[in-house]
Order: sequence, then C-alpha cells, then structure tokens
Amino acid sequence: MKSCIFAYKHKAILPSASQSFYDNMKEPNQHTFEDQFQARIDAEERIEPKDWMPEKYRKTLIRQISQHAHSEIVGMLPEGNWVTRAPSLRRKVALLAKVQDEAGHGLYLYGAAETLGAERDDLLDELHTGKAKYSSIFNYPTLSWADIGAIGWLVDGAAIMNQVPLCRCSYGPYARAMVRVCKEESFHQRQGYEIMLTLARGSEAQKQMAQDALNRWWWPSLMMFGPSDKDSKHTAQSMAWKIKRFTNDELRQRFVDITAPQAEFLGLTIPDEDLRYNAETGHYEFGAINWDEFWQVVSGDGPCNRQRLKARRKAHEEGAWVRDAAVAYAEKRRQRKAAAAQQQQVA
Amino acid sequence: MTLTEAKFEYLLRLGDNALILGHRLSEWCGHGPILEQDIAITNIALDQVGQARSLLQYAAEVEGKGRSEDDLAYTRDVMQFRNLLLVEQPNEDFAYTIVRQFLFDNFNFLLHQALTQSKDEHLRAIAEKSLKEITYHLRYSSEWMIRLGDGTEESHQKMQTALDDLFIYSGELTSPDEVDQQMHEAGIGPDLDRLKPAYDQKVKDILAEATLQLPEVKYMQSGGKDGRMHTEHLGFILAELQFVQRAYPGMEW
Repeated sequence: MKSCIFAYKHKAILPSASQSFYDNMKEPNQHTFEDQFQARIDAEERIEPKDWMPEKYRKTLIRQISQHAHSEIVGMLPEGNWVTRAPSLRRKVALLAKVQDEAGHGLYLYGAAETLGAERDDLLDELHTGKAKYSSIFNYPTLSWADIGAIGWLVDGAAIMNQVPLCRCSYGPYARAMVRVCKEESFHQRQGYEIMLTLARGSEAQKQMAQDALNRWWWPSLMMFGPSDKDSKHTAQSMAWKIKRFTNDELRQRFVDITAPQAEFLGLTIPDEDLRYNAETGHYEFGAINWDEFWQVVSGDGPCNRQRLKARRKAHEEGAWVRDAAVAYAEKRRQRKAAAAQQQQVA
Repeated sequence: MTLTEAKFEYLLRLGDNALILGHRLSEWCGHGPILEQDIAITNIALDQVGQARSLLQYAAEVEGKGRSEDDLAYTRDVMQFRNLLLVEQPNEDFAYTIVRQFLFDNFNFLLHQALTQSKDEHLRAIAEKSLKEITYHLRYSSEWMIRLGDGTEESHQKMQTALDDLFIYSGELTSPDEVDQQMHEAGIGPDLDRLKPAYDQKVKDILAEATLQLPEVKYMQSGGKDGRMHTEHLGFILAELQFVQRAYPGMEW
C-alpha cells in the first residue's frame, strides 16, 4: 500500500511526521491531517514534496511558483530587446549574463513546481493559452537603454522585496530556489542602479533618458506588489500557510521607503506629486495608484501583452521540431545500444 | 605590410569573428527552442563576446592610436570589419545556427589550439583561456549536428538545407592569405594549410555520424577576413549593434 501511494507521485497522502501514525490510520481523517499540517507550519517546519499537504496548499503553490517561473521567462523579452543594442561590450556581456540568469531562475522554479506534481509542458501550455498569469510589469515596452537600468533598479528591486521573505516560505523547494534567486537578483539590482547612476552623471541627453525611464517604470513597479490588501483575495490564506510573510501594502511601503532616497541620490524626480517623507511615521507617503491600469494590464490589455505571448508561443512552436528530434535521437541511441548489447550476448 | 600592421589585422580578424558570432547568438536570447538550449546558446554568446573584448583590447593596444575595444566595435563601418563571412550569416532557424556554429567551432578550436603555442605572449594567454571555452562549444555544436541530423526526417532535412546553404562560406576559414602567412612566419599564428586536413576530417566524421551529405561546392565565397567583401547582412548587424553609440557619440555608458 505504501508503494502504491508513492506511485501516485506527488499527490501522495503521507504525513512524514509519523509513519506509524499513518500505518495505524484505517480511514484517514482529513480534519486531523489539516490540523497536523497547520501545526507543522505554525512550528516553522518546512513542508517537503512527499509530505502530506492540503490540496489547496498544493494548488496555491503550483499557481504561485509557475506564475513566478513564467515571469522570469517572459521577463527575458523586454530586456533581451536591448541585448543586441547594448551601448558597450561590457554592458552587452552584463546584460546577456543577466537575462541568462533569469532563464536559470525559470528553470529552478519550473523544477520546484514539478516537485508538486505539475509538468513543465502543462504549465507552458497554460502560459501560451493565456490561462496562466505572469508579472504584469513585463507587459511594458523597453524604449531606451535607460529602461534596462530602470528595470534593474526598480523592477528587480521590487522583486527582491517580494522574494526575500519567500526564502522563508513554508514549502522547502520553493524557499531553497528563492535563496539562490535572491542572491542573483540583488546583483542585478545593483547593476541596474549603476546604469542609472552612469546616465544621471552623464550628458543632458543621458539624464533625460534616465528621467524618462523612471517616469514610465515607477508606477508599474509599485503595481508589482499586487492589489491593495483589501482587494487581495489570496493574502489571508497564504499568510496563514506562511507562503507569504508580509502583505502587499507592507511590501509596497517598504519599497517606496528604500527607493525614494535612491532616486534623490541620482538627482532624478519620482513622478508623484504627493510623494513626501513623514517624519512622524518614518515612512514616505505616496499618491494613489491607478488600479484601472493595473487591472487592464493584468487582464491582457497592457501595451505589450499580445507581443509577449506571441513571442513565447513562436519560440515554442518553432522549437517543436528541435525537441522532437532530440527525443527521436535519444530513442534511436537507446535502441542501438540495446541491439549492440544483445548481439554481444549472442556472440 | 609591417609586422605590427599585420598583427593588428590578424587580431581584428579574431576579435571580429568572436564579436559578430557572439552578436548573432545573442539574438537567440529569450527565443530558444528549449529553455535549456536558450541558456546554452546564451552561454556561448557570452564566451564569444568575452573573447572579443580581450582580442579587441589587445588589437587596440597593438594599433597604438589610443582607440578602445568599444571604439573598434562601435565606430567601424562594414568594410573595416575583418570577420569571416560565415559568422555574419543570419540565425534563420536552429539548424542554420548549429551548422554555422559547428563549421566555425571546428576551425576555431584548431586555431586556438595552435595559438596556445604562439610566440606572442599576450595572444597565447588569451588563447589558453579561450580554448577551454571553445572546446565546450565544439562539443556542443558537434552533438547537436548529430542529434538533429540523425533525429527525425524533418530535422534531417532542415540540417541538410542549412549545410547546403552555409558550406560555401567554409572555404575562407582554412585558406591562408598574406596576413596569415606573415603571422605564421613570425611564429604568432599557425600555418592554415596544415590545419586544413584536420578540419576536413572532423567535418567528414561529424557529417557521417549525423547522416548528412557533404555538399558539392564549385566555388567558395570569401573576402570577409581580408576586407574585400562582406555579405549584406553585416550592415544590419552593425546598424543594431552600434545604434546607441552612433546616436549619442562620445559618451560614457
């Protein structure tokens, strides 16, 4: 019976806490399992792939991890857009390496989703059919070299704010993937800021380029933290499961608090007339986010949604013959090896 | 041509090959057929652009006119580039990309193996570092030649078509000219005539394993490395590569 449960891959209903407890169970009591599960979460224990977990926890994680993986992959497009136009060889190498890191993050994240029983191909299908979401920020265009700086500084900065707490997420494989991702992201963030600094200290045209990039990327970056707490439908459950450690609004505030002085240091102006430091609270106050724009982009009608999905679908479709050939060749090799081994036996 | 002039030309050839092929491969970034191959191709692109930097820095130093690697990469026009015609050919699809890569890696590997014996210390040091990377590139492109050549009927057909189109650019690789000769005599570069048999043998071996036919070619195309001729593709590569530097000249980035 044990093996049959394992064979049922990751949907295994097996509490790792106590094997004998499981063996003694004639009729698994869902309620008891869930209580035990929550107790483990409350005790800050890591949940591992073969541990029992509520179906909703598993589904929530697959949704979140795959969205995260898709964001890495779609995120390669706006930055890849400047790989061939990077203004120096040093910048070209750094940008290529950065975009390659993102592909790597996509790989570990798809890997983490696979530990929950999802298949990469199915997840990709969901991306290609528009069923799965990815970070909306990547539906904005990169129009100048400064956008590469702004993405590093703001978008990677916001991503880090979101992701550092995920290193303590209750699900082990996700938490471990995030440790590696965060290290690389913080390097990217510094690199982006350095691009902005070079532009801000450069010619008038370069300063303008940097300011224009900040104007276009500021608000979408604030939207990266998701809807405000009162409208966030997943927050409460995800916090109880310790998938999430802080609310969207808390993280957004922290981002503004850290980023506003950085903009000041660059000599650039954040495009928000209501932005001001409140000495009493120790926080920056900021203006109202345009949630209509947020929902418009999330629901598929942002400036580049169509182009991004089209580019991903095209790469996938045009790569089909390569994937098929790789499978066919591996099978041919296997057969030849088997035939050779058989011949040797006969001889 | 003085030895210094010939050496400058020679280093431009090496640097431009790495730069232009690296640029071509970087066009795949984010659009690869499989995520793992997207990463692998980007990796090769990174190696090539990295090698281009070392080589162009050294070329600029040899030239002695105060130019930098970026001056050489971003401010020369088509006829001043010295890369092989092969490396400027478009990606088209994964088959063209792999065939182009294999035909080049095979040569680049033999060349760099020989350059690790160069009397020029600086070039030898660059070659020693690059050879490790190029050894991996050749393994990668050889494996994909075989996998796609001997994969499905469709992949076989695509590979044969790519090979038929690109093979005409392979002659230039191992045909020595005056600069190659001068470098050989100075003990800086190898005798290309002596590399040719090993090059041809490797092509033959890999094509046999990939079940591909060696194209029959009456005339090989040439002119890239000696600056007589380029294909129309190079101008578009440069238009993209150099856009920012051309639009905002003389700035720090």
